[in-house]
Amino acid sequence: MRFNKTRLGMGLAVLAALALAIGVSACGSSSDSSSSSSSEGEGAIVSNPANGKVSLKIGSKNFPEQEILGEIYAQALGAAGYKVKSDLNLGSETVAHKAVQSGAISGYPEYASTALTSFFGLEPEEVPSDANEAWEKANEEFEKEGLVAFEPTPFASANAVGTLKKTAEKYGLKDVSDLEGVSEKLSLYGSPECRQRIDCLAGLEKLYGLKFKSFHPVDISLRYTVLEKGQADLSILFTTDPQLSAEKDKFVILEDDKHVFPAGNVIFVTTPKVVEKAGPDYEKTIVEVQKGLTLPVMQELDARVELEKQTPKEAAASYLESAGYTG
Amino acid sequence: MSAAPLLASFGGAFEFIFTPQASNVTGGKGVGGIDQVIELTLTQLEVTVLALALALVLALPAGLYFGHRGAGELVALGVGNAGRAVPELALIALMAAAIGVGLLNLTVALAILGIPPILTNTFVGIRQVDPASVEAARGIGMTEFEIVRKVEAPMAIPSIFTGIRTATINIVATATIAPLAGVATLGEFILGENVYGPDGVLAGAILVALLALALEFSLAGLQRLLTSKGLRLRPA
Repeated sequence: MRFNKTRLGMGLAVLAALALAIGVSACGSSSDSSSSSSSEGEGAIVSNPANGKVSLKIGSKNFPEQEILGEIYAQALGAAGYKVKSDLNLGSETVAHKAVQSGAISGYPEYASTALTSFFGLEPEEVPSDANEAWEKANEEFEKEGLVAFEPTPFASANAVGTLKKTAEKYGLKDVSDLEGVSEKLSLYGSPECRQRIDCLAGLEKLYGLKFKSFHPVDISLRYTVLEKGQADLSILFTTDPQLSAEKDKFVILEDDKHVFPAGNVIFVTTPKVVEKAGPDYEKTIVEVQKGLTLPVMQELDARVELEKQTPKEAAASYLESAGYTG
Repeated sequence: MSAAPLLASFGGAFEFIFTPQASNVTGGKGVGGIDQVIELTLTQLEVTVLALALALVLALPAGLYFGHRGAGELVALGVGNAGRAVPELALIALMAAAIGVGLLNLTVALAILGIPPILTNTFVGIRQVDPASVEAARGIGMTEFEIVRKVEAPMAIPSIFTGIRTATINIVATATIAPLAGVATLGEFILGENVYGPDGVLAGAILVALLALALEFSLAGLQRLLTSKGLRLRPA
């Protein structure tokens, strides 16, 4: 319904190329169950029988990208021999944060920028643009509350103001600043939280000085529907959205020239207690398995779930397999 | 959980209702407070009234007609039961593609939730009216319309109101998800925990519950007014 044959074909071609590229780089890791686990940590995940005594519960927030990440970590840890359960429906970051603090889950993937702004009260412009700096800053704060975060993924995600290409052309919009003078004529759609958040509507009003004709809260799964339907002039999108590469001629995002939307790489948040209990394979597996998660790969995985209606479980499994982590 | 932290969190929720509270993610702006509470409560009420009105316009005449004719039992009860199983969010998303999100979408989606109880209870209420009364009315020369209006409907008032009250509670409670469909209701507090904090979530829940109770009591009062004296329950 939402994709046509050419797009699907294109997607498959991209995928094939991707699989090939990853396959080549990870070659040499033929099959599992080999006892000679290479300590370099390259390629296939090796099941360690000692891990069988450890039960882990991987969480995630409840939108596709998070569920895919949760599945990737859960399946990879399962392949490493852990007993893994998952709870990939944790709602907001506040819920997930509490769940890891209370020990209800072992850990979950969080955007470093979200952690810094939402948990630790940083203003969006105070979030470091460098992934490692943001990770270290977040980790300092996490440590104070008895948590720890593993190193960041290659890809980063941010919110963005998106619009139809024809709207952008009509008003000559390239940067968010270009909205000055026209935003009064435009309606903005975003998540129910967007209105009050400084890294969303509140920031657009305060830092850019923009006023919009109206703001309407919607479920984030409708963020493209409202644009396509012509209801929304502007809609808050994610930079990892597959629609942005698959439908370049239709949707565009405006450059965030005053940095209201900090980009965040994903860091896996857990506790030192779990790290100690689970042993070295825990961090090793998580860090290893996210190495392939570059922006195009993440977009492709998002596309499979959001556009092609695969389950996050299937998308995660095919990623792990094609990247040579599992066989 | 012992009573103390529970009471403390209720205290926080009540504070949230009356005075704006600090939030981590708003860049210093307070959230909640009585102004926002009133604004969101009124919107929730507006959405509820619109949806209830649409449900009444569609379901009440149908229930009266089928009940009076003693026909269409399968339709009246079938629609009633099927309607209960409609997933509301899926319905909103489905209609979003056709008519977009917003008040219209929401009104229709919520009305669909209100139709089954009204239709079923009206139908059953009318069917249960003593046939002898209807015969007597016909005997003194009433038209069919008069029979419905003067005999059947008044005697079915308790059942009809049960349906309307159930529909109202369904609608006002579900109107909480409206912020997912373009309209900011009290659900904004519940859906926006990152902004409003646990106090806001609890406050939202309390406010929706209070609103539902207020509507329930008003309708109970209205029902009493509309019930003919001979049918009223009196304290023994």
